[in-house]
Amino acid sequence: MVKITYIQPDGSSQTVDATAGMTVMETAKKHMIDGIEAECGGACACATCHVYVDAAWREKTGGPSDMEEDMLDFAFDVRPESRLSCQIKVTDALDGLIVRVPEKQF
Amino acid sequence: MAEGNGTSTPIETDAVIIGAGPCGLFAVFELGLLDIKAHVIDILDRPGGQCAELYPEKPIYDIPGLPVVTGQGLTDSLMAQIKPFGATFHYSQRVDQLAKLEDGRFRLKTDLGTEFIAKVVVVAAGGGSFTPKRPPLAGIEAYEGTSVFYSVRRMDDFRDKDVLVVGGGDSALDWTLNLQPVARSLTLLHRRDDFRGAPHSVEQMRALVRDGKIALLIGQMTALKGGNANLSAITVKTKDGETDVAANRLLPFFGLTMKLGPVADWGLNLNENLVLVDTEKFETNTPGIFAIGDINWYPGKLKLILSGFHEAALMAQAAHKIVYPGKKLLFQYTTSSSSLQKKLGVS
Ligand SMILES: Cc1cc2nc3c(=O)[nH]c(=O)nc-3n(C[C@H](O)[C@H](O)[C@H](O)COP(=O)(O)OP(=O)(O)OC[C@H]3O[C@@H](n4cnc5c(N)ncnc54)[C@H](O)[C@@H]3O)c2cc1C
Ligand code: FES
Repeated sequence: MVKITYIQPDGSSQTVDATAGMTVMETAKKHMIDGIEAECGGACACATCHVYVDAAWREKTGGPSDMEEDMLDFAFDVRPESRLSCQIKVTDALDGLIVRVPEKQF
Repeated sequence: MAEGNGTSTPIETDAVIIGAGPCGLFAVFELGLLDIKAHVIDILDRPGGQCAELYPEKPIYDIPGLPVVTGQGLTDSLMAQIKPFGATFHYSQRVDQLAKLEDGRFRLKTDLGTEFIAKVVVVAAGGGSFTPKRPPLAGIEAYEGTSVFYSVRRMDDFRDKDVLVVGGGDSALDWTLNLQPVARSLTLLHRRDDFRGAPHSVEQMRALVRDGKIALLIGQMTALKGGNANLSAITVKTKDGETDVAANRLLPFFGLTMKLGPVADWGLNLNENLVLVDTEKFETNTPGIFAIGDINWYPGKLKLILSGFHEAALMAQAAHKIVYPGKKLLFQYTTSSSSLQKKLGVS
């Protein structure tokens, strides 16, 4: 089991079990994490699954692909650590991953 | 085709289909086989609904008989398949009103003023009408329609104004190019110095920046300033910190999202924003108004394109009874029926 921690804008956090092969968005939906809307169901077509990857994990998750970078144009308050959580696949190497949920999804 | 007919003479037809998504398009086919003529209305400027607007290039794997097809590919194939039935399309307008007339028919009116009188209505409105995304900035609603616009309907609204256009796609670029000559000043704001729009438009935009005719700013909006529905400045976060851009017109282009919209006002029974139908005819609580595709709900409903296709076929059988009362309907296959093949233009 891989653990992922989601931190809300108010500082509260939830650590949940994730399965390798699922995405960080799917894991959030499964555990009903607030603030991850994922309107398009993970097709990289809505940008409502925006998260900030914790600095310590940015290297492991890598940056956005070109398509994801384009889609990030539709997100609010985009930062260098921004990713669309439906585009981050859970792997064993991501055990302990910390992501922050933004204040607002568009 | 995008204009309203403007006159007071409504278009009379057998069926009006609200929504040109995959299910609305296939309804043209099923109705057409039963000699029911249709007009199709969509707020978008082209057919395909979600498939064309949200995922034109992505693959769909669960259309029976098509191992893989893209959203745009499916739309193109459906348009080819329904061509023989000569439906009339009315794009870039939203159906706002739907009411029953005394003679049992229905009257519809769009936001452009086009009116229709139809014997049956098929609501194929999907997730609702596509509406521009509103930036989550505090107080933005108060400026909408006076200082904040999501599309340009009249260039004059921007004449001699200080305009801030936000976005990195074709809409933002096109309106930057089109409004620059009429605006007093124009600033284009985007979060990165990379644009998704057509390369030619990007070049034209960069030329205007070089000539000092527009300003290009890289950053993101954080707040609006002004009062009494009049915007005076937009606070923008750039890599050098926050700055205020003086502007009295804001045009944010952040794509589209689906909102139920007017469908909620037509007296149809809803279940959590979805139109309740039966599973024999896919008819709503108002006889003669049907609902198919993502917009409807019944026990067991799946929001799948193939389910919407099935719903269209059964709906058409029921619509036939209303359009041709007393006429008996023979069940026929397209493979073997010469009369169906004639309608399809293949025999
Ligand atoms: C990213 C993504 C991937 C998907 N993948 C699949 C898949 O693999 N397989 C599958 O089966 N399904 C898939 N779907 C779902 C599928 O796209 C929908 O089920 C399908 O589009 C529904 O079709 P529809 O015709 O009912 O509605 P829509 O496609 O939503 O079209 C409805 C149209 O009606 C218009 N409209 C609404 N109200 C009005 C009004 N008042 N006036 C004028 N126009 C109006 C809208 O503008 C819209 O164009 C996917 C969806 C998304 C977002
Ligand atoms: S869920 Fe829509 S982009 Fe990630």
